[in-house]
Amino acid sequence: MPLLVSGPVATSTLATEIAPEDLPSIYRAMVVARALDERCLTMQRQGRIGFYVPVMGQEAAQVACAWALEAKDWIFPAYRELGLALVRGVTPEELLDQFFGNAADRLKGRQMPNHYGYRDRNFVSPSSPIGTQITQAVGAAMAARRRNDPIVTIPFFGDGATSSNDFHAGLNFAGVFRTPTIFFCQNNGWAISLPRSRQTAAKTLAEKGAAYGVPGVVVDGNDVHQVFRTVRGARARAIAGDGPTLIEAQVYRLGPHSTSDDPRRYRTDAELAEWKQRDPIGRLKHELVDAGQWSEERDSQLLEEVRADIAGAVQRSESVGAADPLSFLDDVYATRSPALEEQRQQLEGWIQTGLVKL
Amino acid sequence: MVQAINRALRTAMAADPEVLLLGEDIGVNGGVFRATEGLLKEFGSERVIDTPLSETGIIGTAIGMALYGLKPVAEIQFLDFIYPGFDQIVSELAKFRYRSGGQYPCHVVIRSPYGGGIKGGLYHSQSTEVYFTHTAGLKVVVPSTPADAQGLLLSAIFDPDPVMFLEPKRIYRAVTGEVPEGDHRVPIGKARNVREGHDVSVFAYGAMIPPATDACQSLEAEGISAELIDLRTLSPLDTSAVLGSVEKTGRAVVVHEAARFCGYGAEIAAVLAEKAFYSLKAPVARVTGFDTPFPYALENLYLPNAARIREAIVATVKAA
Ligand SMILES: Cc1ncc(C[n+]2csc(CCOP(=O)(O)OP(=O)(O)O)c2C)c(N)n1
Ligand SMILES: [Mg+2]
Repeated sequence: MPLLVSGPVATSTLATEIAPEDLPSIYRAMVVARALDERCLTMQRQGRIGFYVPVMGQEAAQVACAWALEAKDWIFPAYRELGLALVRGVTPEELLDQFFGNAADRLKGRQMPNHYGYRDRNFVSPSSPIGTQITQAVGAAMAARRRNDPIVTIPFFGDGATSSNDFHAGLNFAGVFRTPTIFFCQNNGWAISLPRSRQTAAKTLAEKGAAYGVPGVVVDGNDVHQVFRTVRGARARAIAGDGPTLIEAQVYRLGPHSTSDDPRRYRTDAELAEWKQRDPIGRLKHELVDAGQWSEERDSQLLEEVRADIAGAVQRSESVGAADPLSFLDDVYATRSPALEEQRQQLEGWIQTGLVKL
Repeated sequence: MVQAINRALRTAMAADPEVLLLGEDIGVNGGVFRATEGLLKEFGSERVIDTPLSETGIIGTAIGMALYGLKPVAEIQFLDFIYPGFDQIVSELAKFRYRSGGQYPCHVVIRSPYGGGIKGGLYHSQSTEVYFTHTAGLKVVVPSTPADAQGLLLSAIFDPDPVMFLEPKRIYRAVTGEVPEGDHRVPIGKARNVREGHDVSVFAYGAMIPPATDACQSLEAEGISAELIDLRTLSPLDTSAVLGSVEKTGRAVVVHEAARFCGYGAEIAAVLAEKAFYSLKAPVARVTGFDTPFPYALENLYLPNAARIREAIVATVKAA
């Protein structure tokens, strides 16, 4: 589809299976994600952070997927992508700074927790409206093609997002322009209180690709090997100029939708218990133990170490001061408009006289 | 207030089998703010419809239902998420009656929580009421008390025109009050005089009513008598209430949490400049949000508070 594939296309030489020696690191990233989730849920209950969206249950899909990508590939995340961020090298402390919205937060305290973006990690800044990143990722892929950069772009979204306008427009454009895009759908069974069956009458979400000429694949998202292999395959195809792939990773949201949600209102304990048995962290641990790469002893050591790291990060982040009060008037435009200049001076005066308070 | 909304929905549904609800998470979950709590059980899944995640789907199908004669009430989970359905609102819902020469009236109600004050950051806080007031064909209603929420919602559901019913979520639970029994309606298009005064008229709506009330009350001691008008219907504007008050006081302060530039206050100021110019003793003042997106950590600096309203009132009264 000649429009955009102007230069020579590349062949991926990356391995198609996870290197066995990488498995402990993959496991570690998953354990860090879980521990940070648990800590943040507690801190939210204590009123120390305002809101939180746990990733719990989706760690394997995210970590294995990010592991299969290259650092130069562009991630277009939603708000539940802690596993991806950790693999991209974002530290718990940086994440906590964002959750607290403090002076060290790169987003300057502007976004709700979990809406983080890091340009130097090719981790694009997300919004809350569902699905909007999907078309954007396709556009970035068109641009990369135009520049002959051998990268893929990869939007992350949920089962609910497959009902959004941008899902359809994104797949359609990607199909027409054969963009190097991997659509990574984490089907965690629920969109807040709506079960997957309420989003579509189709049997799988992956089959939605067919109508747009985009191959769709279902994978067990709790199996790091399957996820890795599938993403590597899709990536090789994309880099070779063979176009996009839609991947549906079947997982389960073990936690609430967010700290504002009470899942007992709409799902059964039995369903949760069943999925808890398939917890991706326990599964990988067993695999590692069976392969002689891991032991219960190392496991408790790791957990202790990770929790201590996070506790240290919390302490540091929490002691950072509040965001600069005038900073919310910056970055509206490249330079401040006269109206904003006036409003900034006004606000400064109000802060000085105590008329407004943080 | 959220219970009053729930009661209005229940009353309307019990009174008229053509009234039905659709939206995301409104059934089993009772709505993320619990506005539709218990209604699925009472009226069944054919009248309380949990939809897929698609605002254009919700609003477009509601329009189709209304064309066929039903009275759909759509819930958009947060006003910040209405934009995938914006085309259906401004191109379709608002224009059906007009473009068909009156053949196809389209009485859909769209309810949506809006506004800041819940630490919702950029996308769970915005006050974008003027996108809708700027669209001919839509009525726009914003209650500030439980009684008004109930009475105005009942009027909206049985109104012949499409109504955007914007619910100030910050006061969903914070503002309580008596609510009359049964199908007691509050007319759309009529402002409410919250307190009488003769020195200055304060115009506000939604979640700005509590801080505006505090500001007016606190000025009593300083000998400033402020009249507070809750506009409660933004479109059509109760022009005579606005003009009547300013003809009496000669001064006006408009309060809204939405951004300043081209905000609703600009319309009030323009109406006063056109129609009450010779009654005005002082420039019209505006107390508003900033011309920025809505910030998360610093939201208390963004939102107008009683102190800012008070200062604007004092400055306006002292000006002349
Ligand atoms: C356009 C839009 N409509 C509604 C919402 C409110 N909302 C936030 S998350 C969500 C469910 C999303 O479900 P899914 O896509 O499956 O992702 P998950 O949260 O399960 O990861 C909804 C309805 C929103 N953010 N954006
Ligand atoms: Mg989901």
